[in-house]
Amino acid sequence: MFLNIGPSHPAMHGIIQLIVELDGERVVNSEVEIGYLHRAFEKHSESGPYNNVMPYTDRLNYVSPLINNFGYCLAVERLLGIQATERCQYIRVIMSEISRITDHLTCVGASAMELGAFTVFLYMIKAREWLWELVEAVTGARLTISYGRVGGVKADLPDGFAQRTKRALEDVRKVLLECDALLTRNRIFMDRMQGTGVISKERAVSYGITGPFLRGSGLALDVRKANPYFVYDRFRFDIPTGEHGDNYDRYLVRMEEMEQSMRIVEQALATIPSGPLNVDYQGNVLPADVMVDEAKMGRVAGFKQARVTLDPTLEGSTRGPHDVVNADERRAVLPAKEDTYGNIEGLMNHFKLIMLGHGIRPTPGEHYSAVEGANGEVGFYVMSDGSDRPYRVRVHPPCFPIMSALPELLAGDTVADIVPTFGSVNMIGGELDH
Amino acid sequence: MPALAHTVQAKFASQLIATQRYREQETAVIHREGLLPIARWLKSDAAMSFDFLMDISAVDYLKFGRTLSSAPTLKTPSPLPYYMTPKPTAETWQRGVSNDDYRFDVVYHLFSSRHAHRLRLRIPLTSADPVVDSLTGIWASANWYEREIWDMFGIRFTGHPNLRRILLYEEFQGHPLRKDYPINKRQPILKTPANAANSP
Repeated sequence: MFLNIGPSHPAMHGIIQLIVELDGERVVNSEVEIGYLHRAFEKHSESGPYNNVMPYTDRLNYVSPLINNFGYCLAVERLLGIQATERCQYIRVIMSEISRITDHLTCVGASAMELGAFTVFLYMIKAREWLWELVEAVTGARLTISYGRVGGVKADLPDGFAQRTKRALEDVRKVLLECDALLTRNRIFMDRMQGTGVISKERAVSYGITGPFLRGSGLALDVRKANPYFVYDRFRFDIPTGEHGDNYDRYLVRMEEMEQSMRIVEQALATIPSGPLNVDYQGNVLPADVMVDEAKMGRVAGFKQARVTLDPTLEGSTRGPHDVVNADERRAVLPAKEDTYGNIEGLMNHFKLIMLGHGIRPTPGEHYSAVEGANGEVGFYVMSDGSDRPYRVRVHPPCFPIMSALPELLAGDTVADIVPTFGSVNMIGGELDH
Repeated sequence: MPALAHTVQAKFASQLIATQRYREQETAVIHREGLLPIARWLKSDAAMSFDFLMDISAVDYLKFGRTLSSAPTLKTPSPLPYYMTPKPTAETWQRGVSNDDYRFDVVYHLFSSRHAHRLRLRIPLTSADPVVDSLTGIWASANWYEREIWDMFGIRFTGHPNLRRILLYEEFQGHPLRKDYPINKRQPILKTPANAANSP
C-alpha cells in the first residue's frame, strides 16, 4: 500500500512530501519530494552586492539565523583576506551558541510534542523565548536579524548583556532539568525513540551527514574542533556522542550539546576583551590647521570630529562600539555614522561601499567556509570575479544530506515511527530548499 | 606548496590540469576522465581518507569577469580613494583552463574526519558536452547533490540511478543557475496544455 504524507501535514515541519510504501504497518520503501519552499537563494545572491546576501541568509535556517550570517561573513572575509576583531569574534561565538540552544530547544520540544509531551514543548518554547529576548536585545529583531556584516557585526553588545545572559542561562538550565525529568526516563518516550530511525556510523558518513545527527551515531566530529574558526579553539567544551544512532541517542546528544553551548557562552563572557579602541584621536577634536597639515600628508585614518548629532536609531553604529566590533578594513566595513555624516573621508567611504555599482570588491577567487550550525556543517562557497557582486554563492545546508538518507532511516520501522525520526532530522525548509 | 593537491599530482599526473592553494584552501583541477579513479583513491588511501563528500556545486563561467559592475549605467567603477585600495597580495587565483573553452566547473568539496583536512576538486566541462561521471557509487551523498546540479545547471551525471529534478518541478524549462537564465523570467507553475506542448 502506498501512503502519501504531506506536503501539507502538521508533522512535516514546513512542507515536504513523503511517499511511503507499506507492508502492513512496516515501511518498505519511501520517497522524499522536496523543493516546495525553493526561493532561489543562490540566484538572488548572485544578482546583488555582497552585503545584500545577508538578509537572505537569515531565511535559510530561520531558527538559528545568526550562524548562517556569520558563516557567510566568514567566507567573504577570507576571500578578502581580512579578519574580524577579537571582540567581534567573541560576539560571534556567543551569539552562535545562543542560537544553537534555541535551535535544539525547538527541535527537541517539537518532536516531544509530536509524541504527546505537550508540556515539554511549552516549557522549551518558554526557555527559547528568554534566549530570543537576548537575541532581540542584541540584534534588534527576533527572526530576520541580519546582524552579521562583512568584517564585523552590526553593533556592539548592549549594556548589561553579560548579567542578562547569565540569568537567562540559569533559567534555561532549570527548564532543561525539568524536561530531562519528564522525558529521559519516560517509558513512553523511550519506547518511541529507542531503536527507531537507526543509522550506522559508516552509512551516516557516506551520506555526508554532520552535526548532532552524526554524533548520535558515534562519530565525535564537530567543525568547531576539527577546523576551528572564530575563537572556538580557546574554549573548553566536550563533544557528546551516542552509541546506537537511533532517535533516543540523538535526543540525548542534543540535550547535552545545549549544556556545552552554555559552557562556551559563559567562558566567552568571562574572557571577552574590550577590544582595540582607537585611542590616539579618541574624542579629541584637532585644531583645523593641524588637521589640514596632517591631511596633506595623508594621515587621516584617525580623524574624529564628532560634530554631528545622530538619530537614535543609529545607536550602536556610533564611533566607540563601531570600531571595537568591526575590522579595521575600509574596503569592506562601513565607517562609523559620525564619520559618514561628519567628514569627507567617511562620506566617500560610505558612498563607495553603498552605491550601486561600487561596493565590496574581492579579487577573483573562491572560498568554502564551514561553520558548525545547529544541524551540522553549514558551508558557504563564495566565488568572486572581481566585481561588486558575488559571482557564485552556494550554501551547503546541513539537513540536505540527512533528508537524502531519510528513506534508509525509515525502512523497516512502522508508520508511527516516521514522526519521531522525521522530528530528529530537524528539517528546516528554508535551508533544505534554498 | 599545496601539499595534498601535490600528492594527487604525483599520483595522477596525466589527469591533472592544475593545483592551487588559495586562502589556505587546496584545489586540484582534473580532467573528467580522471574523476572516478582519483575519487576512489582519495577515499581509500590512508594518508588521504576523504570519507566525506561534503558538497558538490557547479559554476557557470559564461559571464565571469565580464560584468564588473552591478549598476547598469556604470561600465567601469570610478577609482577608489587611496584609503580603500586593496592591499597587494602574493596569492592570485587562477581557474586553470580558459573560460571560453570550458563553460562549466563542477566543484567537489571533500573532507576527511580522520585528518580533518579538506580538498576541493574542480572539473572543467564544455558547454557542448556537460557530462561527468556520477560519484553515487562511492559516496551516497552524491545522489541528491548531483540531482541538484542537474536541476540548476543542466549538467548530466552518467551512471546516476535517478537523475530527476529535485528542487524544481519536471515541467520547468531551462536551468536557472546558468548565467544566461534571466533572473526575472517567469514560468507557469502547473502543467497547462500549451506548456505541455513545448516540453520534450
